[in-house]
Amino acid sequence: MKKKTTAFDVILIILLGVICITCVLPFIHLLAVSFSSSSAVAAGKVGFLPVEFTPASYEYVISGGRFLHAMGISLERVILGTLLNIVLMVLTAYPLAKEDLPGRGILSGFFVLTMLIGGGMIPTYLLVSGLGLKDTIWALILPGALPVYNMIILMNFIRGLPHEVEEAAWIDGASPFQTLVHVIFPLLGPSLATVGLFSMVGHWNDWFSGMIYMSQPINYPLQTYLQTLLVDFEKLLQSDSTGNIKDILSKMNARTGRAAQLFLGALPIMMVYPFLQRYFTKGLTLGSVKG
Amino acid sequence: MRTKKLGRSNLWQYYAMLIPGVVVTFFFCYIPLYGVIIAFEDYNVGMGFSSPWVGLQNFRYVFNQPTFTRTIWNTLYMSVWKLALGIVVPVTVAILLNELRSDKLKRFYQTLIYIPNFLSWIIMAGVLMDILSSGGAINLILHALRLPTVDFLGNAKIFPWTMIISDVWKGFGYGTIVYLAALTGIDPTLYESAMLDGASRWQQIKNVTIPLLMPTIVLMTVLSLGSILNAGFDQVYNLYSPAVWESGDIIDTYVYRLGIQQAQYSVGAAVGLFKSVVSAFMVIVSYRLADKLAGYRIL
Repeated sequence: MKKKTTAFDVILIILLGVICITCVLPFIHLLAVSFSSSSAVAAGKVGFLPVEFTPASYEYVISGGRFLHAMGISLERVILGTLLNIVLMVLTAYPLAKEDLPGRGILSGFFVLTMLIGGGMIPTYLLVSGLGLKDTIWALILPGALPVYNMIILMNFIRGLPHEVEEAAWIDGASPFQTLVHVIFPLLGPSLATVGLFSMVGHWNDWFSGMIYMSQPINYPLQTYLQTLLVDFEKLLQSDSTGNIKDILSKMNARTGRAAQLFLGALPIMMVYPFLQRYFTKGLTLGSVKG
Repeated sequence: MRTKKLGRSNLWQYYAMLIPGVVVTFFFCYIPLYGVIIAFEDYNVGMGFSSPWVGLQNFRYVFNQPTFTRTIWNTLYMSVWKLALGIVVPVTVAILLNELRSDKLKRFYQTLIYIPNFLSWIIMAGVLMDILSSGGAINLILHALRLPTVDFLGNAKIFPWTMIISDVWKGFGYGTIVYLAALTGIDPTLYESAMLDGASRWQQIKNVTIPLLMPTIVLMTVLSLGSILNAGFDQVYNLYSPAVWESGDIIDTYVYRLGIQQAQYSVGAAVGLFKSVVSAFMVIVSYRLADKLAGYRIL
């Protein structure tokens, strides 16, 4: 039933448009600030387009090296952490999906209980320090190596797969390991993409473990490094005001420099956003497959 | 042939697969769980988890701190408002989006509102500090409109609302998509018959859309109860300052300052334990409710 466009529809489009635009305008403003000169920003002249365009802030970010170094640590963490998450989730989810595995109830309970209660920040911190993991990348990866909630999403997905594929493999004499690797794993596509993206975003966005487990700022992953900029980038800039980047510093200030680095820190997420949107929406329904 | 579900042989391999997950979970979830006993001890680094036993002394100490009881109130104030608006706003936006005639526009709008959800609170805090500062975009606009400028992050009266609104702003895209997914499952013939009965757009929303959305609303509300003591550490820690502690300090920021920055591990662990017990209770209650009211089960 087609109906004519009414005033109601027009108001709706505008109202929703305004709501949606508030979600992106701050980032456009940030981008504009990052490409503007320090004097234009200080005078409050920058809206949604750069004023007195200059890439000085970005030159500073690249010349300093700290940003790129922290980004390198984050990339290492995302790759190692996500791989470890995926391996552990698949290895745990597959046996738990076998409803007639003896002891399955107790084993599931062992994992699910950790979603209800935990030791909290302090005992976990003391344990990680006690194991000598501080200032190593493992402090960022091991404590969350098995994301239980996502493992359950994956387990529910595996339970929904048709049994015939496995049975065919068993008739051919495949062991459980072979079945998992050659039959089940290739079928996990969309659900693995979903939980894998959850992991990637989680690792990329986490700043807190970097802050508590890294005593040397040189070991900070990107988000932790960015966190320090929120607090005292002004001081850092002053200590930098020597040598060959003097020219760059004359065209930027703490606000433009911070804007540039925040924007670069958000960029990877923006780049994978189309996938995130697709799979996260899918993930919402994956979790509700009931057993 | 149900009995063949496990395959013929090599049952041990299933258990072998579980070993890495069990080991990691034991180490990083169960040992810290055991570690909460330091909440009943006077922790010192040399003796570790077997430090001298002091019973409930740490709890008594912390519950007698006026600064601590204040954090409970601040936490509840912020989290309850975040939960409430975190339901109302996405439901409203989803209903409005559902009324759009153009699917293309609907998808475009969805794309925009879902973006802030994926950015870290560090990025968001940086953006908020920039636009909310005294020389930032919002205050420049207020100034241009000849309105009084506002100290969003430094005024203790306003700070909790800056947190509540910015949290809802960051997260409402997620809820909207959940509700929209529920709405697309609604049988279109319901609207057609409502239209034949002469129902206006508003009457259709009130009598068809909202009742059919109710189970999802109940489910989302109930499931969010488990995080009633989480007022948003990442957000508050990165935006607060001593000037707004009286209204902005929450349980998690308090534990962090006390436990990690001041190394009062036992007191920090006591507060953490108090929080975990309340949260675990809320999670169990909420999952029971979710099962009863909406037939939802995670396992």
